[in-house]
Amino acid sequence: MELKLSFKDYNEALKQNKLLGLRCKQCNAITVPPKIACGGCASTDMDIVQLSGKGSIQTFTTVFVPPEGREPEAPYIIVLVELDEGPWLMGNLVGVDPNKVTMEIVGKRVMMGHAVFPGDKYSAGEEARPVFSLEA
Amino acid sequence: MRKVAVVGVGMTKFSGKQDKTAVELFAEAAVDAINESGLKPANIQALFLGNALGDFAEGQAQLQAFVADYIGAPFIPANRYENACASSSAAFRDAFMWVASGFYDIVLVGGAETAAKMGTPLATRTFAMASDSRYEYPCGITFPGVFALLAHLYARKYNVPLEKLKYQMALVSVNSHYYGARNPKAQFQKEITVDDVLSSFMVCQPLQLYDCCPFSDGGSAVVLACEEKARKLTDKPVYVAGVGQASAGNLMSQKDYLPRLRSRELSAEQAYRMAGLTPKDIDVIELHDCFSIATLIALECLGFFEYGKSGEAVEKGETKVGGKIAVNPSGGLKSKGHPIGATGTAQVYEIVRQLRGECGERQVDGAKIGMTDTLGGDGGTLCNIILKRGW
Repeated sequence: MELKLSFKDYNEALKQNKLLGLRCKQCNAITVPPKIACGGCASTDMDIVQLSGKGSIQTFTTVFVPPEGREPEAPYIIVLVELDEGPWLMGNLVGVDPNKVTMEIVGKRVMMGHAVFPGDKYSAGEEARPVFSLEA
Repeated sequence: MRKVAVVGVGMTKFSGKQDKTAVELFAEAAVDAINESGLKPANIQALFLGNALGDFAEGQAQLQAFVADYIGAPFIPANRYENACASSSAAFRDAFMWVASGFYDIVLVGGAETAAKMGTPLATRTFAMASDSRYEYPCGITFPGVFALLAHLYARKYNVPLEKLKYQMALVSVNSHYYGARNPKAQFQKEITVDDVLSSFMVCQPLQLYDCCPFSDGGSAVVLACEEKARKLTDKPVYVAGVGQASAGNLMSQKDYLPRLRSRELSAEQAYRMAGLTPKDIDVIELHDCFSIATLIALECLGFFEYGKSGEAVEKGETKVGGKIAVNPSGGLKSKGHPIGATGTAQVYEIVRQLRGECGERQVDGAKIGMTDTLGGDGGTLCNIILKRGW
């Protein structure tokens, strides 16, 4: 069957700061990032929905030893955010000093923007990722 | 299903960067395992080989075919297993099933990796390929990064102050090095202190250098035989009592469970059920301590301690040889080393030798039942193997 929401379409939307997910018509669960089957009940009967991109930080780390090619970005913060719609999303966190971030950041409200990883010789091309910042 | 026994084991010394290729490292381990079993290469009916990153480390794909030829078993069916850090455990489980089914009587299983050869930047990049390339890697995730996220989640979920958790994690590394110092095959054969851990440089907050296993080169191999052949080959067959395997999607998709790894709970449950055993019956475990926090999470998912309580158990010495459950007497991934494709069958190597009573200073007295636990990716693959004395 044809994908309802491909990586390409999800990625293109993310580049416009739009977070797309899938709402299941059977169990109402939201699946993001997209899959061909609902993360809740495995139904393929889902509609594309735009999500708020808002949520709260569940955990974080600062990466000091980056992979090959990502050296100029380090140190950088990675967070797992629980979106207001329920799912968790991995992204970076900006506007906070990566050298000084502590457990205090957990639970803080954030909103989503994006940045683009231009890709490297191993990847399938350019890929956007969520970049969160603290809600004012 | 037929009973299946380990009749020979071999492993190279695990090390940092060295000159041998993955084919050569596996071959050294394989010849030791075959010799120990009293068999000849011509008796091996099939090869199951774990190797995750040969393509990147050496420009070598399909090394299983070259390995079979190189060790004197040309033309046998040979398959490669890529399950990230759990590659050779997944290979072991399949090898076991093929012998149990009656299709083969004698097979060779193992793994090899030359990860140290890549150097830290490329190794960090290629290890990160076991995360989700579309939805995780663009954020710059690394493997220490994954477990750093889990460490903070653990502290929060179980209400353990981070400072206390860091001390408990440091003790995990101290224990690993204590045993590694007593294992001639270990990459790091020196003891360390809590202060050494807490003063090492930060890799991914809150994980410091000594919270992390090294990149390593090495090989390991095991010969499996059906019961009938095993009884003729050895008076100390080590039987495969139970196996388990499970998978999981990216870290986000596991949100209902984290910091527990559901794939581990399911895999362990399969292995215990098949063996008719419970965690209380296990005398010794080699578990996947890729990072110090990973040990605490594993001990809980495997049923040895309550969720959130394994750090206290480590503080009380319950994970040492002679404690409630002997954990990683080989030195574990942290100190013995972690050549990822070789890790699973190197864990089997240690358990088999523990059950045979061959481990000298780090021997778990009277060990009769042992278990392995191997994790690939951010819970993407989990394998467990339970081994039992056959005498």
